[in-house]
Amino acid sequence: MSGAYRLPSGGRINRQKPISFTFDGKKYQGFEGDTLASALIANGVLLAGRSFKYHRPRGILSAGADEPNALVGVGRDQAHYTPNVRMTMQELYDGLVAESQNRWPSLMFDVGAINDMLSPFFPAGFYYKTFMWPRKAWDAFYEPKIRSMAGLGKAPTEADADRYSQRYAHCDVLVIGGGPAGLAAALAAAESGARVMLADDQPEFGGSLLAETEATIDGKSAIDWVAEMVAALKARANVTLLSRTQAFGYYPHNSIGLSERLTDHLANPPAHLPRERFWTVHAGEVVIAAGSLERPMVFPENDRPGVMLADSARIYVNRYGVKPGKRAVVFTAHDGAYRAALDLKKAGIEIAAIADLRHHPEGPLVEAAKAAGIDVLPGTSVTGTAGRLRVKSATLARIGADGSAMDERQVECDLVLMSGGITPSVHLFSQSKGKLRFDEHLKAYVPGRPAERERSAGACRGLYALSAVIADGFAQGEGAAKSAGFGGVTARTFAVAGTLESDPGSFLGAAPHGRDASRVKAFVDFQNDVTAKDIRLATREGFRSIEHVKRYTTTGMATDQGKTSNMNALGIVSEALERDIPEIGLTTFRPPYTPVSFGAFAGASRGDLFDPVRTTPIHGWAAEQGAAFEDVGIWKRAHYFPKAGEDMHAAVERECKAVRDSVGIFDASTLGKIEVVGKDAATFMNRIYTNAWTKLEPGRLRYGVMLREDGFVMDDGVVGRMADDRFHVTTTTGGAPRVLAHMEDYLQTEWADLEVWLTSTTEEWAVIAVQGPNARKVIEPLVEGIDLSPEAMPHMSVAVGKICGVPTRLFRVSFTGELGFEINVPADYGRAVWEAVFAAGKAYDITPYGTETMHVLRAEKGYIIVGQETDGTAVPDDVGLGWAVGKAKKDFVGKRSIVRDEFQKPDRKQMVGLLTDVPAEVLEEGAQIVADPKQPAPMTVLGQVTSSYMSSVLGHSIALAMVKGGRARLGETLYVPMPGRAIPVKVVEPIFFDKEGVRLNG
Amino acid sequence: MQKFSGFGLIARAFGAHKSWQAQWRDPEPKQSYDAVIVGGGGHGLGAAYYLAKEHGMRNIAVLEKGWIGGGNTGRNTTIIRSNYLFDESAALYDHAVKLWEGLSQDLNYNTMFSQRGVLMLAHNIHDIQSFKRHVHANRANGVDNEWLTPEEVKEFCPAINVGGKDMRYPILGGALQRRGGTARHDAVAWGFARAADALGVDIIQNCEVTAIRRDASGAVEAVETTRGTIKTKKVGVSAAGHTSMVLDMAGVRMPLESYPLQALVSEPVKPAFNCVVMSNTIHAYISQSDKGEMVIGAGTDAYTSYSQRGALHIATHTLDAICELVPMFRRLRMLRMWGGIVDVTPDRSPILGKTPVKGLYVNCGWGTGGFKATPGAGNLLAWTIAKDEPHPINAPFTLERFREGRLIDEAAAAAVAH
Ligand SMILES: Cc1cc2nc3c(=O)[nH]c(=O)nc-3n(C[C@H](O)[C@H](O)[C@H](O)COP(=O)(O)OP(=O)(O)OC[C@H]3O[C@@H](n4cnc5c(N)ncnc54)[C@H](O)[C@@H]3O)c2cc1C
Repeated sequence: MSGAYRLPSGGRINRQKPISFTFDGKKYQGFEGDTLASALIANGVLLAGRSFKYHRPRGILSAGADEPNALVGVGRDQAHYTPNVRMTMQELYDGLVAESQNRWPSLMFDVGAINDMLSPFFPAGFYYKTFMWPRKAWDAFYEPKIRSMAGLGKAPTEADADRYSQRYAHCDVLVIGGGPAGLAAALAAAESGARVMLADDQPEFGGSLLAETEATIDGKSAIDWVAEMVAALKARANVTLLSRTQAFGYYPHNSIGLSERLTDHLANPPAHLPRERFWTVHAGEVVIAAGSLERPMVFPENDRPGVMLADSARIYVNRYGVKPGKRAVVFTAHDGAYRAALDLKKAGIEIAAIADLRHHPEGPLVEAAKAAGIDVLPGTSVTGTAGRLRVKSATLARIGADGSAMDERQVECDLVLMSGGITPSVHLFSQSKGKLRFDEHLKAYVPGRPAERERSAGACRGLYALSAVIADGFAQGEGAAKSAGFGGVTARTFAVAGTLESDPGSFLGAAPHGRDASRVKAFVDFQNDVTAKDIRLATREGFRSIEHVKRYTTTGMATDQGKTSNMNALGIVSEALERDIPEIGLTTFRPPYTPVSFGAFAGASRGDLFDPVRTTPIHGWAAEQGAAFEDVGIWKRAHYFPKAGEDMHAAVERECKAVRDSVGIFDASTLGKIEVVGKDAATFMNRIYTNAWTKLEPGRLRYGVMLREDGFVMDDGVVGRMADDRFHVTTTTGGAPRVLAHMEDYLQTEWADLEVWLTSTTEEWAVIAVQGPNARKVIEPLVEGIDLSPEAMPHMSVAVGKICGVPTRLFRVSFTGELGFEINVPADYGRAVWEAVFAAGKAYDITPYGTETMHVLRAEKGYIIVGQETDGTAVPDDVGLGWAVGKAKKDFVGKRSIVRDEFQKPDRKQMVGLLTDVPAEVLEEGAQIVADPKQPAPMTVLGQVTSSYMSSVLGHSIALAMVKGGRARLGETLYVPMPGRAIPVKVVEPIFFDKEGVRLNG
Repeated sequence: MQKFSGFGLIARAFGAHKSWQAQWRDPEPKQSYDAVIVGGGGHGLGAAYYLAKEHGMRNIAVLEKGWIGGGNTGRNTTIIRSNYLFDESAALYDHAVKLWEGLSQDLNYNTMFSQRGVLMLAHNIHDIQSFKRHVHANRANGVDNEWLTPEEVKEFCPAINVGGKDMRYPILGGALQRRGGTARHDAVAWGFARAADALGVDIIQNCEVTAIRRDASGAVEAVETTRGTIKTKKVGVSAAGHTSMVLDMAGVRMPLESYPLQALVSEPVKPAFNCVVMSNTIHAYISQSDKGEMVIGAGTDAYTSYSQRGALHIATHTLDAICELVPMFRRLRMLRMWGGIVDVTPDRSPILGKTPVKGLYVNCGWGTGGFKATPGAGNLLAWTIAKDEPHPINAPFTLERFREGRLIDEAAAAAVAH
């Protein structure tokens, strides 16, 4: 019932639990425990996809993470659709919907396959040589064509409906890979008492042992041994077991990225589960036990569906209980394939022959194959295959010493198994920046000197025999625990029996075939359609570094990142250049080991959780009043308070008028605040700010300007001297963290001798600005212990007392040009005090205003905003702040810089005001200013508009601008060029309202 | 040089492509050259090409410590645009864009320069002000750049989510440079190498410069390399993230900091993203390559380093932003991530000109955004070396400007990285 190719028994599938699924719209059945690949194989389906470039039909090649061919789109709808899913890693669930990719109209018949016929014209890198004429045709014609041909699956067209989560974890020993070596390593480390994490990509622990039917360990079957080990680990509180979890990347300082798949195997995922969990693990020690990958053989037409890695075929038989075919030809240079042949034969698959490239294969496995009656052909190559959508026959030939092929014959088969040996999985080791070493005997790179607190165990460091692998795992686990400071592990041995262990042998590069090498297609990188001849072409064209070969041919750049192709490519380059492999090097391994969902990286960071939302204590009140908010960094600030039917323009006009006529209330809590305290506080302030602070008396405020080392204005703000040794510093909203870091930097690295402490108090104080001619009248009844009279509390003073019974630092200060106060109260009282002031202000029609009104009011007064008038290129004098620079001061940050000649030039951009001829015409901020509007581009530009508003109090638009030599141009007419016209503007002083400051001092 | 063309491909197909020759030679270094370029990235190779082509200097060599194009040239996200703020910058980058527009034909190598448009997103009022200032400044400079409303943004790039309540920082508009786009980074390095080689330039790989020798007057007389001493009176350094180390060999201290900068790609998919989108406010840069991969740029690490890999959380942060901008890409998967070492100046503008040492020229400080300048930087470095004085376009980009205070502060003006 679950397919004609299902074996009657065996495998780790649950035959009681049939599962139905569809592939390309057709319904099939499999069992729980199947992967999509094994279930399709059970149904006799091997054709799984089309290749990237030539659209050749491709079958399932492997049984694991290294699969290059069998990629499908999976998902019931677009909000759950994932392209490029490896069938070999997709667990089967009821109702799974999969579709093949990169084909049209169907997988069986794909018109794109015409590329295969034209392939002689598309060698590696062909696109660098053509599509250049006519020039415009690249964008308009060739590129769109190429793009639509390229790509594999389709991106989903709807927003992902799933969630992802993230965790951080610390452990003493992280073991990566739960095969025999990893299990033994985890056990040893666990016994030491260390905190151990064990991660494995598969749904079950056991690795290669999941397909092991012969071996026994300590007298138990391999699978029972695995169960016992897992049970022992599970029983320990100091062990965390993570299955379906890939260690995808090795980052500096032993931080390892893991991705855990939680629901992709479930038909009906429970709502509480995220789809994936992303772990950042900080490990004391790491044991990499990632096993090895099997290498394909590179021979002509080695890509037909039915050509499969030998050990993968064995996994299908032993682990999944399915037959990948009926009659197999085996092509190998490696003993592992013999084991596969023996297991397949036992399962009833006919082994037509084993073609062994080695002239004298020997050893127990070879003998066993012969004893089982398998035809072993030494010194023999597969020189071609036939069949359209599935292999029908293979051509075998004896290979002479000179590489020539003799005695060709065709052998009928529906399966060709291949094995060129094993490649240790050194990906993570290499990512950790460990040095790789080429092992001549294995013909593979193995880990050399580690760069992190890391060790490799088992097959990933080139060990092959099961007994050696387990023993190594245990020893490395113990070693890791010891290095992490844990000892006391009882020595242990594992008795392995039933395996035929041998010196396995291997082969790298393209197998000899006696055919015209420049005509046949012998694939190296299956997915990207890179053939041996492409690689030779690259070397002929002068690409000698393996990195160049990779980039020119794209070998190793497919979604499998070269797991099956890199070593063979290296072998071919080595032969073509006649240089040894270590001389050619190896391409860099890059994370992730296998692809990881973007969503997992992003985790919960979406929508409102994308960034923290920072609000003031008064935010809730403003929201209730229907304020419109703007984002300023991560802050939400009330932008304006529209009344019914008002747009921003109308609201701002009303708010401005209220402040000028009576009183307004503004939430200034976002201003950065830093408490500068200590015996040397004044000295510190003198050095950080351009202004002089020594003579500022306690109880007074001063507007301070701060420069970067290079002399440019960095930040500004009003500072109150609370006591001889205490300053209440304010900064711009956006500048607060930068200013604190700047101060700390100097304090800690340059002036460590100063006794000064800095504390960020931004969150401590709510700041309520009450501004307007009636401001005093509003707050007077609420204030205790402070004389608010102009004599006792003039402009730019600060007093400590109470308001509404709450302690306050009351600033008399104005950013509007009106009589004004800024009430600092502890944040927890912020809203209550605000509401009390608002209630008291009712009699004066107190009006809440937002940042937009604040901007207009200050522009009317010519007050700058750092970051708007300044842009990192202005020194104080440029923006009219020359007066704030303490000329007599010995030193301050930036002093050396601003005395440079460059900054004394009269044609520097200086801040001025601009008035348009037409009062209602509001200039665009950022618009440019020129003397001659008729000149062609590139124009000689004199400056730009930095702030521009409609001023209702003046009945005229106003603008601030930075203009070259601006102060000498007062009265001149300049122009603002706009598309299709130029706006004349008059240069004026940058103060538009109450030039004498009468209101301010009221 | 064998001519590349569609016809040539077809013709040679009949000879099974056996007659293609090496695209550049693999020469032994000579004992002396008229000029030597240190660094075989796109900039260095471009300089060699233009020296040979436009200034007739053919006895020259490019010395590359690894393989050409293996530095940032082969690691970057290939965003090309010229809508920079300041007049000096706009002129510099637009000079490059104009060269890009004819580069494939000039080099007879398809560099796949694709003018799909670069769209920079505004997420707050400050962004709007800054981008509008760019639009106005660019118009005055004759550089194309236009302001788009959120609706126009959506229309130009349908894949992105422009906002609504589900977005933390909705998109308030964007600045679009239609002439901007991407190019194939490897092809640029290889195309310049092949064309330079054809003009006689020696491209010498696996040749690291280890010292710069100076004569009694202090002028450059030779470089020491891992392949021997090479005499020369002119050395142009174009070593990106390692420039401070090379200049230090001549006793010149550079105002540079080197940081790892990361990028990543997704698995390839069919066309799903039609232009280049950049958002500096939420740190996302994305385009789709011809092969179908989403090419995504991350930020720099917070700390200086020469290690060509960055921290995991930096890439993670970038994907936060990508998923926010294009929620349907959450199920795409990261295929590869990597890092390069970028050389950052205090004002985020490059240094291209002479040095205090006679015969020593430098092109560096392109930081996170110099790929777009490749042909232009090469062209101007060549001019500067050949004439021993800067071209008017690169004249403002001196090393002295930091001492003098004549900064060209693109970072402060826009805070856009690439
Ligand atoms: C991740 C990332 C993304 C980026 N994205 C963009 C982008 O989207 N758009 C953009 O415009 N820019 C981008 N950039 C920046 C861009 O890549 C660089 O500015 C540009 O490529 C620099 O080119 P180059 O030729 O000067 O440097 P490189 O290509 O780095 O070449 C310098 C060469 O000098 C060699 N060298 C160094 N020391 C020596 C020595 N002692 N002897 C001999 N050789 C030496 C190096 O090996 C290297 O090959 C990005 C950079 C990175 C890392």
